[in-house]
Amino acid sequence: MISMLRIEEPGLHTTIQDKGRYGYQQFGIVPSGPMDPYAYRMANLLVGNDDGEAAIESTMIGPSLLFLENSVIAVTGANLSPTLDGKKIPMWGSVYVHKGQELRFGKPKHGARAYIALAGGIQSETTLESRSTYTKAKLGGLKGEALGGGDELPGMDIPDTELQNRKGKFLSEDLRPFYQSHHMVRVIPDVQEGYFTKESLQTFYTHSYKISPQSDRMGYRLQGQEIEHKQSAEILSDAVAFGSIQVPSDGNPIVLLADRQTTGGYPKIGTIISHDLWKVAQLLPGQTLSFQRSSVDEGHRWLKYENNLYKKLHMAVHQK
Amino acid sequence: MEPIYSPLGDRAVRITFGNKLSEETNDIVTQMYDKIESAKLPYISEMVPGYVTLTIYYAQEKARDYHSVIQQLESIVNDSRTTEMERSKTRKLTIPVLYGGEKGPDLGVVAQHSDMSEEEVIQRHESSIYRVYMMGFAPGFPYLGGLDESIATPRRQTPRNFVAAGSVGIAGPQTGVYSIDSPGGWQIIGHTPVKLFNPLQKKPILLRAGDEISFQSVSEQEYKKIIKECEKGNYTHDIEWKEHRGGSL
Repeated sequence: MISMLRIEEPGLHTTIQDKGRYGYQQFGIVPSGPMDPYAYRMANLLVGNDDGEAAIESTMIGPSLLFLENSVIAVTGANLSPTLDGKKIPMWGSVYVHKGQELRFGKPKHGARAYIALAGGIQSETTLESRSTYTKAKLGGLKGEALGGGDELPGMDIPDTELQNRKGKFLSEDLRPFYQSHHMVRVIPDVQEGYFTKESLQTFYTHSYKISPQSDRMGYRLQGQEIEHKQSAEILSDAVAFGSIQVPSDGNPIVLLADRQTTGGYPKIGTIISHDLWKVAQLLPGQTLSFQRSSVDEGHRWLKYENNLYKKLHMAVHQK
Repeated sequence: MEPIYSPLGDRAVRITFGNKLSEETNDIVTQMYDKIESAKLPYISEMVPGYVTLTIYYAQEKARDYHSVIQQLESIVNDSRTTEMERSKTRKLTIPVLYGGEKGPDLGVVAQHSDMSEEEVIQRHESSIYRVYMMGFAPGFPYLGGLDESIATPRRQTPRNFVAAGSVGIAGPQTGVYSIDSPGGWQIIGHTPVKLFNPLQKKPILLRAGDEISFQSVSEQEYKKIIKECEKGNYTHDIEWKEHRGGSL
């Protein structure tokens, strides 16, 4: 294991995330993992990593990273204007980086979260089988915290011939998502939608909701037309999922995201289909979301599509 | 009530076994957890018991479709209804607590609210047997039932910015133990030196749904001794195994 890079400036909220810490939800430990699973997965794929390796997630204001070794990196997700030694570098592709070069970010253009993967992945220590950072319980990452200035990230020593093989892979334009200031997402209704009035459900599926400033990796609080409960705004607590939308007594929906609590005591109106989670993850406070009724079958169709796409791309990347 | 199967998004199914909080329904949840667990269905990635629900997370790519997942779960649940329930015994754990003083700054508030002495509050708090209905909210945090109503006390008006892991508190009709350092509004009546969550251990979480626990008052001397033992890793938990309560759908 060698030190691959040093954090010169950490940016706003920069964390190490791998595919997530699964298997512990029954004990109250949330999986965490990337907010935008698609951009994260593509970043790893482009640098030739196995699915699920640890990468860097950066929010809004990117970090400055000094490379201590030669490497191959890919920057995906939000366009935060990445530069290498002051020169603009392309996103959604693998780029060779020399020892001593500095990756910086500038003006955020589109989206909220960028992913930086490096060949071999970040090899920080695992806690409960995962490197994903969960700051609330100080799990994963480096000592359970977001990255700070001076932190050095360990990685794999990869021979230069292999690095040369891994550079220069680009994702075709049509597979790069377009981040807008409004996204429509599809929702699988929950049986607990029975807790809400008919009119309110209609309202929910026909109006736009604004992402409030109280939004982070845990969840997004939404502002807009309030949702009315028929009677009680409380349920006997039960498990939630990535993308579940719960509505507390004030009527303002909350979308639960990567660092959510594992269980909740408010009724859920539904859960966003997995394929649409990137749309939520890339929205900023002040931007808007709207919802469309969907079904498990539709969610599954898109999961299948994603998996098939990944398989094809994986083959293409690993072809000589 | 007939169990209800419903989707929680496209990667989980929730089975609802009842709509009222009861030990019987919660027993069914734990029993079904065991049944489904032992069926080793290849697409199940994890399960989370709730008060009256069991949520099953699955890998879509390993399952045929939603319908077949439901069918398989249904047949396991229905089989269990006709056969005698067999379950591993229930664990009963004793949690040592240093009540009052610096470690339990709100013990006086609870005593005042309950119109009794601090000693009486402690005595009532330790004489109940609490059931772990479910885990959640934070790593290792148990949702407990069984608090003596006479010492139920509302939350603090202003939550504290920092409550240390191990703090034992009361919030309305609930009692519980903070499993990690966090902000919180519970009335803190004591502190346990035992860690409910320790990510560095092979078994990072002490409790699980279905356990029974009781609290036992310890002196400051014993409290300090347990802290040392926990640090050295030679503290042994007081765990008793009980025959299972049983229960059927």
